[in-house]
Amino acid sequence: MNAVLATIALATIGTAVVAMSRRNLLHSVLLLTVCWAGVAAFYLWAGAEFVAFAQILVYVGAISMAVLFAVLLTRHSRDDVAAPPASRSRALYAILAGAAVAGVLIAAVARAPLAAAPAPAPTVTVRQLGDQLMGAHAASLLAVAVLLTVALIGAVVLAAIGPPEKPGDPP
Amino acid sequence: MSPLQLCLVFSSLLFAVGLAGALARSNSILVLLGLELMLTAANLNFIAFWRFGPSASPATGVVFAIFAIAVAAAEAAVGLALIITVYRQQKNIRLPEANRLKG
Amino acid sequence: MSLLATTDSSLLERAPLLLRDGLTGFLPGPARWAANGLIKIVALLAVFGLLFAFLTLVERKVLGRVQNRPGPNRTGWFGLLQPFADGIKMLTKEDIVPHAADPVLHFLAPVAVIAFSFLTFAVIPYGRLLLPVDMDASILFFFAASSATELSIFMAGWSSHNKYALFAAMRALAQLISYELPLLLSVVPVVLAAGALSTAGVVAAQSGWKWGFLPHWHVFTPWGAAAFAIFMVSSLAESNRSPFDLPEAESELIAGHLTEYSGFKYALFFMAEYFGMCALSGMAVTLFLGGWHAPLPQLEFVPSYVWFSVKLLALLSGFIWVRATMPRLRIDQLTRLAWKFLVPLAIINLGTAAFWSLSLPWAGPLQLLRWAVSLALVIVPFLLLGRRLSAGLGARVYRYA
Repeated sequence: MNAVLATIALATIGTAVVAMSRRNLLHSVLLLTVCWAGVAAFYLWAGAEFVAFAQILVYVGAISMAVLFAVLLTRHSRDDVAAPPASRSRALYAILAGAAVAGVLIAAVARAPLAAAPAPAPTVTVRQLGDQLMGAHAASLLAVAVLLTVALIGAVVLAAIGPPEKPGDPP
Repeated sequence: MSPLQLCLVFSSLLFAVGLAGALARSNSILVLLGLELMLTAANLNFIAFWRFGPSASPATGVVFAIFAIAVAAAEAAVGLALIITVYRQQKNIRLPEANRLKG
Repeated sequence: MSLLATTDSSLLERAPLLLRDGLTGFLPGPARWAANGLIKIVALLAVFGLLFAFLTLVERKVLGRVQNRPGPNRTGWFGLLQPFADGIKMLTKEDIVPHAADPVLHFLAPVAVIAFSFLTFAVIPYGRLLLPVDMDASILFFFAASSATELSIFMAGWSSHNKYALFAAMRALAQLISYELPLLLSVVPVVLAAGALSTAGVVAAQSGWKWGFLPHWHVFTPWGAAAFAIFMVSSLAESNRSPFDLPEAESELIAGHLTEYSGFKYALFFMAEYFGMCALSGMAVTLFLGGWHAPLPQLEFVPSYVWFSVKLLALLSGFIWVRATMPRLRIDQLTRLAWKFLVPLAIINLGTAAFWSLSLPWAGPLQLLRWAVSLALVIVPFLLLGRRLSAGLGARVYRYA
């Protein structure tokens, strides 16, 4: 069990690291999509199938495409997708910050009194999930629905209305 | 190390990678992707505890993860729209140059 | 929760399983599980590969006859060997990769599109005992896998280093994500009515006959017919079929995002498009046309996979018929149809389905009221929205040569 988990974890973290350090913006986005697919594999390993399929549908199937469209719409020319990495000192400080946070978190995990024995996997059927969403968590569901609607309308309004331009300018 | 601890280490490392990426890069879209990585890492934590820990109802962790995915999607959409708007103003998406309140 | 009855099925029903057990029965436990899985994959690949091959031939013949010409009839009897001739041609063509193309992405795009298209076949119930993978959330899996194929279209367009291919890829993506909404929204009423997100559950909810001859299929209800129509239109768009085939409009953009692909890679994209068509038709049969159920109780002696194949072929013929008949839509007409017509109709249809299932226990004569209200809720928005969308367009002037 640990071997599968270790493979998924290594693949996901590996692609994430490579994605964050590439010069080519599109390669970064596509590698990050692979990373998200790796996270979905982790959800499948943990037995949360619904969340895994939702992760693929939302992240790989929708967010990645929105990001790709944004990349293509915010460039001047075909080769403008080169994103130069930061200066050496800035990258070093960022990696130090990341390592510090990781160190603190891993120390906390190692020291926490968590249950050592592996518990049997909980199974939740889609019916139970639906009952919970519509029953105990109905208020949150409505709030998330309103949030998504407002976010969608806001995003469309923001992206659609540009500043007043001279007629000869390219959009 | 128990499997739960391994999962938590995994999500901590992913969070750290996202944090380092968001701090180091100066391209707005890459910073946004770093943020998305951090959100995903937090989601991993939820599912790890759902799998291994005792919980009052069997569906709570999964419900939380679903809501987190929905909110992350909304945040990504609005963030990308903002990036497009900023691009219209300054004609590039370098984050250090977006430091003036007056457009 | 297994809805597969293994004890009271006829010999014909169990024939494929008996064949499989005959081939792998002698293997020990885990090896047998792996061998069974392998046989499922090979069987699906063989069946749908052959179906793809002959579908291309049927399409060309039918298109030809509709256009008053015979279609391919030189290779073999009635052109029956044409698909194999096409296959040999595709395989032996030179594989040209543009010098400035991104080699990794250029190679990965057809691989990804075929992998995800083929994944979607795993959850369709082809017969009473022939469901490859039974999951609790299999409908969600189907749509997740089919939405992942859209990314490879972008990869193909971008990696070709061809600005027309990139434009075509962006238009194809816009079309695909626009039509994913009505596709998913039209499936939600089905899940609501069947009470299950698994394909096996949806098929089980459509069993039985009313008054002895009218099946409980979802397409015979008002909301089901509307949802079926929206689903079919959206599947036409999701599989890039005419009249929504602007992404690969042969007469306009050469091959759109596939311009720089040749030989086997082009054949893989082509195959992925037909696989998508077959998978979506299979899902439509499962969700709306009762899956593998027979239309009349007297016809139940025919094996269930035969009924599934008949319905699948009927839907595929419908796809080909529409291709032969309707002209292509422009990209703005396409997206307007999706966002301003199909999405509101699908949302209203959800309300109709909710009303339908809440009014199920109404007493006798009130059932007529239930039908009347449901039909009104389906037809009136269709007429109103249609009228509003075509307002402002002048009357068509037809000029014949």
